[in-house]
Amino acid sequence: MAREDKDIVASAVVSPKERTINIVVFILLCLGAVVMVFPLIYMVMTSFMTKNQILSGSLKVIPSPWVFGKYGEVLNKANFISGVLNTVKVEIPVLLIGGFTSSLAAFSFAKMKFRAKNAIFMGLLATIMIPFAVIMIPQYVMFTKMKWTDTLLPLIVPACFGNVSMIFFLRQNLSSIPNDLMDAAKLDGCGYFRTFAQIFFPLMKSAVGTQLTLWFMGIWNDYLAPVIFLRSEANWTLQVVIRSFNAYYAIQSDYALIMAASVIAMIPTIVLFFCFQRVIIESVAISGIK
Amino acid sequence: MNKKPKFKMSAMAKREERWGLIFVAAPAIGFVLFMAWPIIFAILTSLTKWNGSKGFAGMMSKYCGLDNYVKLFQDTKFWKTVLTTVIYLIGIPVGMILGLILAMGMNRKIPGVRVLRTMYYVPVISSLVAVSILWAWVYNYDYGLLNVIIKTLTGHHGPNWLGDEILIKVSMIIFMVWKGLGTSIILYLAGLQNIPRSYYEAAMVDGANGWQKFKNITLPLLSPVTFYILVTTLIGGFQVFVEVQVMTNKGGIGYSAATIVYYLYEKAFESYQLGYASAISLVLAVIVFIITALNFKVQKHWVKTID
Repeated sequence: MAREDKDIVASAVVSPKERTINIVVFILLCLGAVVMVFPLIYMVMTSFMTKNQILSGSLKVIPSPWVFGKYGEVLNKANFISGVLNTVKVEIPVLLIGGFTSSLAAFSFAKMKFRAKNAIFMGLLATIMIPFAVIMIPQYVMFTKMKWTDTLLPLIVPACFGNVSMIFFLRQNLSSIPNDLMDAAKLDGCGYFRTFAQIFFPLMKSAVGTQLTLWFMGIWNDYLAPVIFLRSEANWTLQVVIRSFNAYYAIQSDYALIMAASVIAMIPTIVLFFCFQRVIIESVAISGIK
Repeated sequence: MNKKPKFKMSAMAKREERWGLIFVAAPAIGFVLFMAWPIIFAILTSLTKWNGSKGFAGMMSKYCGLDNYVKLFQDTKFWKTVLTTVIYLIGIPVGMILGLILAMGMNRKIPGVRVLRTMYYVPVISSLVAVSILWAWVYNYDYGLLNVIIKTLTGHHGPNWLGDEILIKVSMIIFMVWKGLGTSIILYLAGLQNIPRSYYEAAMVDGANGWQKFKNITLPLLSPVTFYILVTTLIGGFQVFVEVQVMTNKGGIGYSAATIVYYLYEKAFESYQLGYASAISLVLAVIVFIITALNFKVQKHWVKTID
Protein backbone atom coordinates (compact mmCIF):
# COMPACT_ATOMS: atom_id res chain seq x y z
CA MET A 1 0.00 0.00 0.00
CA ALA A 2 2.97 2.28 0.60
CA ARG A 3 1.02 4.62 2.79
CA GLU A 4 3.65 5.66 5.31
CA ASP A 5 5.57 7.92 2.94
CA LYS A 6 2.37 9.45 1.60
CA ASP A 7 1.32 10.20 5.16
CA ILE A 8 4.41 12.25 5.74
CA VAL A 9 3.80 14.31 2.61
CA ALA A 10 0.19 14.95 3.54
CA SER A 11 0.85 15.87 7.15
CA ALA A 12 3.20 18.62 6.09
CA VAL A 13 0.37 20.68 4.56
CA VAL A 14 -2.27 21.91 6.96
CA SER A 15 -3.87 25.06 5.60
CA PRO A 16 -5.39 27.73 7.90
CA LYS A 17 -8.84 26.76 6.62
CA GLU A 18 -8.17 23.15 7.54
CA ARG A 19 -7.07 24.32 10.98
CA THR A 20 -10.34 26.16 11.64
CA ILE A 21 -12.32 23.12 10.56
CA ASN A 22 -10.25 20.97 12.89
CA ILE A 23 -10.97 23.26 15.81
CA VAL A 24 -14.70 23.22 15.13
CA VAL A 25 -14.68 19.43 14.72
CA PHE A 26 -12.74 19.07 17.95
CA ILE A 27 -15.26 21.17 19.89
CA LEU A 28 -18.18 19.22 18.44
CA LEU A 29 -16.54 15.90 19.27
CA CYS A 30 -15.93 17.06 22.82
CA LEU A 31 -19.55 18.12 23.20
CA GLY A 32 -20.66 14.74 21.89
CA ALA A 33 -18.33 12.95 24.29
CA VAL A 34 -19.78 14.92 27.21
CA VAL A 35 -23.30 13.91 26.14
CA MET A 36 -22.18 10.28 26.00
CA VAL A 37 -20.53 10.24 29.39
CA PHE A 38 -22.92 12.57 31.17
CA PRO A 39 -25.56 9.92 32.04
CA LEU A 40 -22.82 7.83 33.66
CA ILE A 41 -21.52 10.80 35.65
CA TYR A 42 -25.06 11.60 36.68
CA MET A 43 -25.37 8.00 37.85
CA VAL A 44 -22.32 8.33 40.07
CA MET A 45 -23.51 11.71 41.37
CA THR A 46 -26.98 10.36 42.17
CA SER A 47 -25.44 7.64 44.27
CA PHE A 48 -24.04 10.35 46.58
CA MET A 49 -27.26 12.38 46.86
CA THR A 50 -29.84 12.49 49.62
CA LYS A 51 -33.31 11.24 48.84
CA ASN A 52 -34.58 14.81 49.20
CA GLN A 53 -32.24 16.12 46.56
CA ILE A 54 -33.03 13.28 44.17
CA LEU A 55 -36.76 13.86 44.50
CA SER A 56 -36.54 17.64 44.41
CA GLY A 57 -36.71 17.75 40.62
CA SER A 58 -34.09 20.47 40.34
CA LEU A 59 -31.21 20.34 37.92
CA LYS A 60 -28.43 20.09 40.43
CA VAL A 61 -25.91 17.49 39.41
CA ILE A 62 -23.53 18.02 42.31
CA PRO A 63 -24.68 16.34 45.52
CA SER A 64 -25.30 18.70 48.45
CA PRO A 65 -24.58 17.37 50.94
CA TRP A 66 -22.41 14.48 49.81
CA VAL A 67 -23.65 11.22 51.28
CA PHE A 68 -21.18 8.38 51.12
CA GLY A 69 -23.14 5.89 53.18
CA LYS A 70 -24.94 4.18 50.31
CA TYR A 71 -21.83 2.34 49.17
CA GLY A 72 -21.30 0.90 52.64
CA GLU A 73 -24.97 -0.04 52.73
CA VAL A 74 -24.71 -1.87 49.40
CA LEU A 75 -21.55 -3.70 50.44
CA ASN A 76 -23.26 -4.80 53.62
CA LYS A 77 -26.14 -6.44 51.78
CA ALA A 78 -25.58 -10.18 51.92
CA ASN A 79 -27.14 -10.82 48.53
CA PHE A 80 -24.95 -8.21 46.85
CA ILE A 81 -21.79 -9.87 48.15
CA SER A 82 -23.05 -13.31 47.19
CA GLY A 83 -23.81 -11.93 43.73
CA VAL A 84 -20.21 -10.81 43.33
CA LEU A 85 -18.89 -14.12 44.63
CA ASN A 86 -21.14 -16.13 42.32
CA THR A 87 -19.99 -14.14 39.33
CA VAL A 88 -16.38 -14.74 40.32
CA LYS A 89 -17.11 -18.45 40.77
CA VAL A 90 -18.30 -18.53 37.17
CA GLU A 91 -15.44 -16.41 35.83
CA ILE A 92 -12.52 -18.42 37.17
CA PRO A 93 -13.25 -21.91 35.81
CA VAL A 94 -14.66 -20.58 32.55
CA LEU A 95 -11.68 -18.37 31.78
CA LEU A 96 -9.14 -21.02 32.79
CA ILE A 97 -10.69 -24.04 31.12
CA GLY A 98 -12.53 -22.26 28.32
CA GLY A 99 -9.47 -20.14 27.62
CA PHE A 100 -7.38 -23.29 27.32
CA THR A 101 -9.78 -25.21 25.06
CA SER A 102 -10.26 -22.14 22.86
CA SER A 103 -6.53 -21.49 22.43
CA LEU A 104 -5.85 -25.13 21.68
CA ALA A 105 -8.62 -25.28 19.09
CA ALA A 106 -7.45 -22.03 17.52
CA PHE A 107 -3.94 -23.44 17.21
CA SER A 108 -5.29 -26.58 15.57
CA PHE A 109 -7.48 -24.63 13.15
CA ALA A 110 -4.64 -22.29 12.22
CA LYS A 111 -1.61 -24.53 12.02
CA MET A 112 -2.58 -28.18 11.69
CA LYS A 113 -3.85 -30.19 8.76
CA PHE A 114 -6.78 -32.54 9.10
CA ARG A 115 -9.82 -33.51 7.14
CA ALA A 116 -13.03 -31.50 7.53
CA LYS A 117 -11.06 -28.71 9.21
CA ASN A 118 -12.73 -25.92 7.30
CA ALA A 119 -16.15 -27.54 7.59
CA ILE A 120 -15.84 -27.78 11.38
CA PHE A 121 -14.57 -24.22 11.58
CA MET A 122 -17.34 -22.79 9.41
CA GLY A 123 -19.89 -24.80 11.40
CA LEU A 124 -18.65 -23.26 14.63
CA LEU A 125 -18.58 -19.80 13.10
CA ALA A 126 -22.16 -20.14 11.90
CA THR A 127 -23.33 -20.58 15.49
CA ILE A 128 -22.76 -16.85 16.03
CA MET A 129 -25.89 -16.41 13.95
CA ILE A 130 -28.06 -18.68 16.09
CA PRO A 131 -30.08 -16.65 18.56
CA PHE A 132 -29.57 -17.68 22.18
CA ALA A 133 -33.36 -17.57 22.44
CA VAL A 134 -33.56 -20.76 20.36
CA ILE A 135 -31.31 -22.85 22.54
CA MET A 136 -32.27 -21.41 25.91
CA ILE A 137 -35.49 -23.40 26.30
CA PRO A 138 -33.94 -26.80 25.49
CA GLN A 139 -30.93 -25.95 27.62
CA TYR A 140 -33.23 -25.01 30.47
CA VAL A 141 -35.05 -28.34 30.12
CA MET A 142 -31.73 -30.17 29.98
CA PHE A 143 -30.26 -28.40 33.00
CA THR A 144 -33.45 -28.89 35.00
CA LYS A 145 -33.37 -32.60 34.26
CA MET A 146 -29.74 -32.79 35.35
CA LYS A 147 -30.65 -30.87 38.52
CA TRP A 148 -28.19 -28.14 37.61
CA THR A 149 -30.58 -25.23 38.02
CA ASP A 150 -29.76 -25.00 41.72
CA THR A 151 -26.06 -24.62 40.96
CA LEU A 152 -23.85 -22.39 38.84
CA LEU A 153 -23.01 -25.25 36.47
CA PRO A 154 -25.33 -24.09 33.62
CA LEU A 155 -23.17 -20.98 33.32
CA ILE A 156 -19.86 -22.78 33.72
CA VAL A 157 -19.95 -26.10 31.89
CA PRO A 158 -21.09 -25.03 28.38
CA ALA A 159 -18.58 -22.18 28.36
CA CYS A 160 -15.69 -24.50 29.25
CA PHE A 161 -16.03 -26.13 25.84
CA GLY A 162 -14.70 -22.97 24.25
CA ASN A 163 -15.75 -19.66 22.85
CA VAL A 164 -16.23 -19.30 19.12
CA SER A 165 -15.28 -15.65 18.83
CA MET A 166 -12.12 -16.25 20.84
CA ILE A 167 -11.20 -19.17 18.57
CA PHE A 168 -11.85 -16.98 15.57
CA PHE A 169 -9.64 -14.14 16.78
CA LEU A 170 -6.79 -16.35 17.92
CA ARG A 171 -6.85 -18.23 14.63
CA GLN A 172 -6.62 -14.88 12.86
CA ASN A 173 -3.76 -13.91 15.13
CA LEU A 174 -1.88 -17.16 14.53
CA SER A 175 -2.12 -16.83 10.77
CA SER A 176 0.48 -14.06 10.95
CA ILE A 177 3.00 -16.47 12.48
CA PRO A 178 4.96 -18.28 9.74
CA ASN A 179 4.23 -21.95 9.17
CA ASP A 180 7.97 -22.68 9.09
CA LEU A 181 7.89 -22.69 12.86
CA MET A 182 5.42 -25.53 12.75
CA ASP A 183 7.46 -27.47 10.22
CA ALA A 184 10.62 -27.00 12.24
CA ALA A 185 8.90 -28.32 15.35
CA LYS A 186 7.68 -31.33 13.38
CA LEU A 187 11.15 -32.07 12.05
CA ASP A 188 12.54 -31.92 15.55
CA GLY A 189 10.00 -34.53 16.56
CA CYS A 190 8.30 -32.15 18.93
CA GLY A 191 4.85 -33.46 19.91
CA TYR A 192 1.84 -31.45 18.82
CA PHE A 193 0.75 -30.53 22.30
CA ARG A 194 4.26 -29.47 23.20
CA THR A 195 4.45 -27.43 20.01
CA PHE A 196 1.31 -25.66 21.13
CA ALA A 197 2.26 -25.21 24.76
CA GLN A 198 5.90 -24.27 24.36
CA ILE A 199 6.12 -22.56 21.00
CA PHE A 200 2.78 -21.16 19.88
CA PHE A 201 1.06 -20.37 23.16
CA PRO A 202 3.83 -18.00 24.29
CA LEU A 203 3.58 -16.28 20.90
CA MET A 204 -0.15 -15.70 21.22
CA LYS A 205 -0.14 -14.84 24.91
CA SER A 206 -1.07 -11.19 24.48
CA ALA A 207 -3.90 -12.04 22.07
CA VAL A 208 -5.17 -14.62 24.56
CA GLY A 209 -5.01 -11.98 27.28
CA THR A 210 -7.09 -9.55 25.24
CA GLN A 211 -9.67 -12.18 24.43
CA LEU A 212 -9.88 -13.32 28.04
CA THR A 213 -10.39 -9.72 29.14
CA LEU A 214 -13.26 -9.35 26.69
CA TRP A 215 -14.69 -12.67 27.79
CA PHE A 216 -14.39 -11.66 31.44
CA MET A 217 -16.45 -8.56 30.68
CA GLY A 218 -19.00 -10.63 28.79
CA ILE A 219 -19.49 -13.01 31.72
CA TRP A 220 -19.50 -10.16 34.21
CA ASN A 221 -22.25 -8.32 32.30
CA ASP A 222 -24.27 -11.40 31.31
CA TYR A 223 -27.85 -11.30 32.42
CA LEU A 224 -30.12 -13.43 30.23
CA ALA A 225 -28.53 -16.83 30.87
CA PRO A 226 -28.24 -16.31 34.64
CA VAL A 227 -31.79 -15.07 34.95
CA ILE A 228 -33.10 -18.14 33.16
CA PHE A 229 -30.91 -20.88 34.57
CA LEU A 230 -30.42 -19.82 38.18
CA ARG A 231 -33.55 -20.67 40.09
CA SER A 232 -32.45 -20.15 43.67
CA GLU A 233 -31.61 -16.67 44.87
CA ALA A 234 -28.48 -17.92 46.62
CA ASN A 235 -26.91 -18.57 43.20
CA TRP A 236 -27.82 -15.30 41.54
CA THR A 237 -24.96 -13.55 39.80
CA LEU A 238 -24.29 -9.86 40.25
CA GLN A 239 -26.36 -8.60 37.30
CA VAL A 240 -29.42 -10.50 38.47
CA VAL A 241 -28.92 -9.10 41.96
CA ILE A 242 -28.71 -5.47 40.86
CA ARG A 243 -31.79 -5.91 38.70
CA SER A 244 -33.64 -7.25 41.76
CA PHE A 245 -32.33 -4.28 43.76
CA ASN A 246 -33.81 -2.02 41.12
CA ALA A 247 -37.21 -3.67 41.40
CA TYR A 248 -37.16 -3.73 45.19
CA TYR A 249 -35.70 -0.35 46.15
CA ALA A 250 -37.44 1.69 43.45
CA ILE A 251 -40.66 1.20 45.41
CA GLN A 252 -38.95 2.88 48.35
CA SER A 253 -37.52 5.53 45.99
CA ASP A 254 -34.06 4.64 47.24
CA TYR A 255 -32.45 5.58 43.94
CA ALA A 256 -29.14 6.45 45.56
CA LEU A 257 -28.79 2.86 46.70
CA ILE A 258 -29.76 1.48 43.29
CA MET A 259 -27.25 3.74 41.57
CA ALA A 260 -24.53 2.89 44.08
CA ALA A 261 -25.09 -0.83 43.47
CA SER A 262 -25.02 -0.30 39.69
CA VAL A 263 -21.86 1.79 39.91
CA ILE A 264 -20.07 -0.90 41.90
CA ALA A 265 -21.25 -3.49 39.39
CA MET A 266 -19.74 -1.46 36.56
CA ILE A 267 -16.39 -0.69 38.18
CA PRO A 268 -14.51 -3.93 37.31
CA THR A 269 -15.28 -3.78 33.60
CA ILE A 270 -14.55 -0.07 33.39
CA VAL A 271 -11.24 -0.42 35.22
CA LEU A 272 -10.25 -3.34 33.00
CA PHE A 273 -11.22 -1.36 29.96
CA PHE A 274 -9.12 1.61 30.96
CA CYS A 275 -6.13 -0.63 31.66
CA PHE A 276 -6.32 -2.50 28.38
CA GLN A 277 -8.18 -0.05 26.18
CA ARG A 278 -5.60 0.02 23.41
CA VAL A 279 -5.60 -3.72 22.81
CA ILE A 280 -9.35 -4.04 23.40
CA ILE A 281 -10.18 -1.33 20.88
CA GLU A 282 -7.68 -2.78 18.41
CA SER A 283 -9.27 -6.19 18.72
CA VAL A 284 -12.75 -4.74 18.16
CA ALA A 285 -11.50 -2.69 15.21
CA ILE A 286 -9.86 -5.69 13.56
CA SER A 287 -13.12 -7.62 13.61
CA GLY A 288 -14.61 -5.14 11.18
CA ILE A 289 -11.72 -5.08 8.76
CA LYS A 290 -11.14 -8.82 8.46
CA MET B 1 -2.59 -25.41 0.46
CA ASN B 2 -4.52 -28.42 1.65
CA LYS B 3 -4.44 -30.29 -1.59
CA LYS B 4 -2.56 -33.38 -0.53
CA PRO B 5 -3.80 -36.65 -1.96
CA LYS B 6 -6.13 -37.95 0.69
CA PHE B 7 -5.82 -41.67 -0.01
CA LYS B 8 -2.08 -41.84 0.49
CA MET B 9 -1.37 -40.54 3.93
CA SER B 10 1.91 -40.94 5.64
CA ALA B 11 2.04 -42.05 9.27
CA MET B 12 3.03 -38.55 10.20
CA ALA B 13 0.09 -36.97 8.42
CA LYS B 14 -2.20 -39.47 10.13
CA ARG B 15 -0.78 -38.52 13.48
CA GLU B 16 -1.28 -34.85 12.71
CA GLU B 17 -4.83 -35.53 11.65
CA ARG B 18 -5.57 -37.36 14.89
CA TRP B 19 -4.11 -34.66 17.11
CA GLY B 20 -5.68 -31.89 15.09
CA LEU B 21 -9.08 -33.40 15.67
CA ILE B 22 -8.43 -33.98 19.36
CA PHE B 23 -7.48 -30.34 19.78
CA VAL B 24 -10.75 -29.09 18.28
CA ALA B 25 -12.80 -31.77 20.05
CA ALA B 26 -13.89 -29.59 22.98
CA PRO B 27 -15.63 -26.86 20.95
CA ALA B 28 -16.97 -29.45 18.52
CA ILE B 29 -18.49 -31.53 21.31
CA GLY B 30 -19.76 -28.36 22.98
CA PHE B 31 -21.39 -27.44 19.70
CA VAL B 32 -23.20 -30.78 19.49
CA LEU B 33 -24.31 -30.81 23.14
CA PHE B 34 -25.25 -27.18 23.64
CA MET B 35 -26.20 -26.03 20.13
CA ALA B 36 -27.09 -28.78 17.67
CA TRP B 37 -28.98 -31.01 20.06
CA PRO B 38 -30.91 -28.10 21.63
CA ILE B 39 -31.97 -26.95 18.15
CA ILE B 40 -33.32 -30.40 17.30
CA PHE B 41 -35.00 -30.52 20.68
CA ALA B 42 -36.52 -27.07 20.09
CA ILE B 43 -37.96 -28.24 16.78
CA LEU B 44 -39.54 -31.26 18.48
CA THR B 45 -40.84 -29.17 21.36
CA SER B 46 -42.39 -26.67 19.00
CA LEU B 47 -44.65 -29.46 17.71
CA THR B 48 -46.16 -30.07 21.14
CA LYS B 49 -48.21 -28.34 23.82
CA TRP B 50 -45.69 -29.33 26.48
CA ASN B 51 -45.49 -27.48 29.79
CA GLY B 52 -42.29 -29.14 30.93
CA SER B 53 -43.77 -31.98 32.98
CA LYS B 54 -43.19 -35.75 32.79
CA GLY B 55 -40.01 -35.64 30.73
CA PHE B 56 -39.56 -36.56 27.11
CA ALA B 57 -42.50 -39.00 27.04
CA GLY B 58 -44.68 -36.32 28.54
CA MET B 59 -43.62 -33.97 25.79
CA MET B 60 -44.35 -36.38 22.95
CA SER B 61 -47.77 -37.21 24.43
CA LYS B 62 -48.66 -33.54 23.90
CA TYR B 63 -47.87 -33.72 20.19
CA CYS B 64 -50.01 -31.28 18.23
CA GLY B 65 -48.40 -31.05 14.81
CA LEU B 66 -48.11 -27.53 13.46
CA ASP B 67 -50.83 -26.10 15.71
CA ASN B 68 -48.40 -23.77 17.48
CA TYR B 69 -47.26 -22.24 14.22
CA VAL B 70 -50.83 -21.79 12.99
CA LYS B 71 -51.73 -20.16 16.28
CA LEU B 72 -48.61 -18.01 16.15
CA PHE B 73 -49.48 -16.54 12.79
CA GLN B 74 -52.88 -15.48 14.14
CA ASP B 75 -51.47 -14.19 17.42
CA THR B 76 -51.80 -10.40 17.27
CA LYS B 77 -49.73 -9.99 20.42
CA PHE B 78 -46.86 -11.81 18.71
CA TRP B 79 -47.10 -9.62 15.62
CA LYS B 80 -47.10 -6.56 17.82
CA THR B 81 -43.78 -7.66 19.29
CA VAL B 82 -42.43 -8.33 15.78
CA LEU B 83 -43.39 -4.82 14.76
CA THR B 84 -41.80 -3.32 17.87
CA THR B 85 -38.61 -5.30 17.26
CA VAL B 86 -38.47 -4.01 13.69
CA ILE B 87 -39.15 -0.43 14.84
CA TYR B 88 -36.20 -0.68 17.22
CA LEU B 89 -34.02 -1.51 14.22
CA ILE B 90 -34.34 2.15 13.18
CA GLY B 91 -31.58 2.69 15.71
CA ILE B 92 -29.16 0.77 13.50
CA PRO B 93 -28.92 3.20 10.56
CA VAL B 94 -29.09 6.13 12.99
CA GLY B 95 -26.15 4.71 14.94
CA MET B 96 -24.23 3.93 11.78
CA ILE B 97 -24.62 7.42 10.31
CA LEU B 98 -23.73 9.09 13.61
CA GLY B 99 -20.83 6.69 14.06
CA LEU B 100 -19.49 7.43 10.60
CA ILE B 101 -19.75 11.21 11.07
CA LEU B 102 -17.99 11.04 14.43
CA ALA B 103 -15.32 8.68 13.11
CA MET B 104 -14.64 11.03 10.20
CA GLY B 105 -14.24 13.83 12.71
CA MET B 106 -11.79 11.76 14.72
CA ASN B 107 -9.86 10.82 11.60
CA ARG B 108 -8.73 14.44 11.23
CA LYS B 109 -5.56 15.77 12.71
CA ILE B 110 -6.93 16.76 16.07
CA PRO B 111 -5.58 16.22 19.56
CA GLY B 112 -6.93 13.75 22.09
CA VAL B 113 -8.52 11.36 19.61
CA ARG B 114 -7.74 8.39 21.82
CA VAL B 115 -9.35 9.94 24.87
CA LEU B 116 -12.43 10.92 22.85
CA ARG B 117 -12.69 7.46 21.34
CA THR B 118 -12.53 5.97 24.82
CA MET B 119 -15.28 8.24 26.13
CA TYR B 120 -17.63 7.23 23.33
CA TYR B 121 -16.82 3.60 23.99
CA VAL B 122 -17.48 3.50 27.74
CA PRO B 123 -21.24 2.82 27.34
CA VAL B 124 -20.42 -0.23 25.20
CA ILE B 125 -18.45 -1.97 27.92
CA SER B 126 -20.84 -0.94 30.70
CA SER B 127 -23.20 -3.53 32.09
CA LEU B 128 -26.41 -3.53 30.09
CA VAL B 129 -28.47 -4.09 33.24
CA ALA B 130 -26.81 -1.19 35.05
CA VAL B 131 -27.20 1.28 32.18
CA SER B 132 -30.78 0.14 31.59
CA ILE B 133 -31.52 0.93 35.22
CA LEU B 134 -29.78 4.25 34.75
CA TRP B 135 -31.75 5.18 31.63
CA ALA B 136 -35.06 4.13 33.14
CA TRP B 137 -34.18 6.63 35.85
CA VAL B 138 -33.15 9.27 33.29
CA TYR B 139 -36.58 8.82 31.62
CA ASN B 140 -38.48 8.93 34.93
CA TYR B 141 -41.55 11.14 34.53
CA ASP B 142 -41.33 13.13 37.77
CA TYR B 143 -37.66 13.22 38.71
CA GLY B 144 -35.72 11.91 35.73
CA LEU B 145 -32.77 13.85 34.36
CA LEU B 146 -34.38 14.37 30.97
CA ASN B 147 -37.59 15.92 32.26
CA VAL B 148 -35.68 18.00 34.79
CA ILE B 149 -33.61 19.42 31.93
CA ILE B 150 -36.73 20.05 29.85
CA LYS B 151 -38.42 21.76 32.78
CA THR B 152 -35.39 23.94 33.45
CA LEU B 153 -35.04 24.93 29.80
CA THR B 154 -38.69 25.42 28.81
CA GLY B 155 -40.58 25.78 32.06
CA HIS B 156 -42.95 23.00 31.00
CA HIS B 157 -43.12 19.50 32.35
CA GLY B 158 -41.66 17.00 29.88
CA PRO B 159 -43.59 14.03 28.51
CA ASN B 160 -43.98 10.67 30.18
CA TRP B 161 -41.23 8.97 28.19
CA LEU B 162 -41.87 5.42 29.27
CA GLY B 163 -45.61 5.83 29.72
CA ASP B 164 -46.64 6.40 26.12
CA GLU B 165 -46.88 3.76 23.40
CA ILE B 166 -44.86 5.77 20.86
CA LEU B 167 -42.51 7.68 23.13
CA ILE B 168 -41.45 4.49 24.87
CA LYS B 169 -40.15 3.18 21.54
CA VAL B 170 -38.36 6.45 20.83
CA SER B 171 -36.83 6.30 24.30
CA MET B 172 -35.64 2.74 23.80
CA ILE B 173 -34.11 3.61 20.42
CA ILE B 174 -32.25 6.62 21.84
CA PHE B 175 -30.94 4.43 24.63
CA MET B 176 -29.82 1.67 22.28
CA VAL B 177 -28.05 4.14 19.96
CA TRP B 178 -26.24 5.59 22.98
CA LYS B 179 -25.22 2.13 24.14
CA GLY B 180 -23.89 0.92 20.80
CA LEU B 181 -22.49 4.07 19.17
CA GLY B 182 -18.94 3.46 20.38
CA THR B 183 -18.64 0.24 18.43
CA SER B 184 -19.52 1.76 15.08
CA ILE B 185 -17.18 4.68 15.74
CA ILE B 186 -14.26 2.36 16.42
CA LEU B 187 -15.01 0.16 13.43
CA TYR B 188 -15.44 3.10 11.07
CA LEU B 189 -12.36 4.85 12.42
CA ALA B 190 -10.27 1.74 11.81
CA GLY B 191 -11.78 1.49 8.32
CA LEU B 192 -10.98 5.13 7.58
CA GLN B 193 -7.40 4.76 8.75
CA ASN B 194 -7.08 1.83 6.39
CA ILE B 195 -7.89 3.86 3.29
CA PRO B 196 -4.64 4.79 1.53
CA ARG B 197 -4.16 8.53 1.42
CA SER B 198 -2.99 8.29 -2.18
CA TYR B 199 -6.61 7.69 -3.25
CA TYR B 200 -7.64 11.09 -1.95
CA GLU B 201 -4.59 12.75 -3.46
CA ALA B 202 -5.34 11.27 -6.84
CA ALA B 203 -8.91 12.51 -6.53
CA MET B 204 -7.66 15.96 -5.58
CA VAL B 205 -5.50 16.06 -8.69
CA ASP B 206 -8.62 15.23 -10.68
CA GLY B 207 -10.36 18.19 -9.03
CA ALA B 208 -12.89 16.24 -6.98
CA ASN B 209 -14.68 18.16 -4.24
CA GLY B 210 -15.27 16.96 -0.69
CA TRP B 211 -18.63 15.38 -1.36
CA GLN B 212 -17.34 13.56 -4.45
CA LYS B 213 -14.39 12.21 -2.50
CA PHE B 214 -16.74 11.02 0.24
CA LYS B 215 -19.16 9.43 -2.21
CA ASN B 216 -16.62 7.86 -4.55
CA ILE B 217 -13.79 6.92 -2.21
CA THR B 218 -14.76 6.92 1.46
CA LEU B 219 -18.16 5.25 1.26
CA PRO B 220 -17.22 2.46 -1.16
CA LEU B 221 -13.99 1.68 0.69
CA LEU B 222 -15.84 1.60 3.99
CA SER B 223 -18.48 -0.72 2.60
CA PRO B 224 -16.94 -3.88 4.14
CA VAL B 225 -17.10 -2.21 7.56
CA THR B 226 -20.65 -1.04 6.92
CA PHE B 227 -21.55 -4.56 5.93
CA TYR B 228 -19.98 -6.02 9.07
CA ILE B 229 -21.78 -3.55 11.35
CA LEU B 230 -25.05 -4.17 9.54
CA VAL B 231 -24.84 -7.95 9.83
CA THR B 232 -23.83 -8.02 13.48
CA THR B 233 -26.23 -5.33 14.68
CA LEU B 234 -29.13 -6.88 12.79
CA ILE B 235 -28.47 -10.25 14.41
CA GLY B 236 -28.30 -8.52 17.78
CA GLY B 237 -31.24 -6.24 17.05
CA PHE B 238 -33.61 -9.16 16.72
CA GLN B 239 -32.61 -10.41 20.14
CA VAL B 240 -33.29 -7.35 22.26
CA PHE B 241 -34.51 -8.45 25.66
CA VAL B 242 -32.64 -7.13 28.69
CA GLU B 243 -33.48 -3.48 27.99
CA VAL B 244 -37.17 -4.31 27.88
CA GLN B 245 -37.17 -6.44 30.99
CA VAL B 246 -35.21 -3.97 33.08
CA MET B 247 -36.63 -0.67 31.82
CA THR B 248 -40.30 -1.46 31.49
CA ASN B 249 -42.97 -2.96 33.66
CA LYS B 250 -43.98 -6.20 31.90
CA GLY B 251 -43.34 -4.95 28.39
CA GLY B 252 -44.55 -1.39 28.95
CA ILE B 253 -47.94 0.22 28.55
CA GLY B 254 -50.13 -1.85 26.23
CA TYR B 255 -47.15 -4.19 25.70
CA SER B 256 -45.76 -1.44 23.47
CA ALA B 257 -42.08 -1.97 24.31
CA ALA B 258 -42.04 -5.78 24.24
CA THR B 259 -39.82 -7.50 21.69
CA ILE B 260 -40.00 -10.99 20.20
CA VAL B 261 -37.54 -12.39 22.72
CA TYR B 262 -39.35 -10.73 25.59
CA TYR B 263 -42.63 -12.33 24.50
CA LEU B 264 -40.88 -15.67 24.11
CA TYR B 265 -39.36 -15.34 27.58
CA GLU B 266 -42.75 -14.69 29.12
CA LYS B 267 -44.33 -17.63 27.33
CA ALA B 268 -41.52 -20.00 28.27
CA PHE B 269 -40.59 -19.01 31.79
CA GLU B 270 -43.68 -17.33 33.18
CA SER B 271 -46.54 -19.33 31.70
CA TYR B 272 -44.50 -22.46 30.88
CA GLN B 273 -45.87 -22.84 27.36
CA LEU B 274 -42.65 -24.42 26.23
CA GLY B 275 -44.08 -25.68 22.93
CA TYR B 276 -45.45 -22.33 21.92
CA ALA B 277 -42.31 -20.51 23.06
CA SER B 278 -40.15 -22.91 21.04
CA ALA B 279 -42.22 -22.17 17.96
CA ILE B 280 -41.60 -18.44 18.51
CA SER B 281 -37.88 -19.06 18.94
CA LEU B 282 -37.68 -21.01 15.69
CA VAL B 283 -39.57 -18.36 13.76
CA LEU B 284 -37.08 -15.87 15.20
CA ALA B 285 -34.15 -18.06 14.13
CA VAL B 286 -35.57 -18.31 10.62
CA ILE B 287 -36.03 -14.53 10.44
CA VAL B 288 -32.43 -13.96 11.58
CA PHE B 289 -31.16 -16.58 9.14
CA ILE B 290 -33.06 -15.10 6.19
CA ILE B 291 -31.91 -11.56 6.98
CA THR B 292 -28.29 -12.64 7.35
CA ALA B 293 -28.41 -14.72 4.17
CA LEU B 294 -30.01 -11.81 2.34
CA ASN B 295 -27.27 -9.54 3.61
CA PHE B 296 -24.60 -11.84 2.26
CA LYS B 297 -26.41 -12.20 -1.05
CA VAL B 298 -26.91 -8.50 -1.60
CA GLN B 299 -23.40 -7.55 -0.45
CA LYS B 300 -21.92 -8.53 -3.83
CA HIS B 301 -23.68 -5.55 -5.32
CA TRP B 302 -22.47 -2.89 -2.94
CA VAL B 303 -19.53 -4.11 -0.87
CA LYS B 304 -16.19 -3.22 -2.44
CA THR B 305 -12.70 -4.10 -1.35
CA ILE B 306 -9.52 -2.05 -1.54
CA ASP B 307 -8.07 -4.25 -4.24
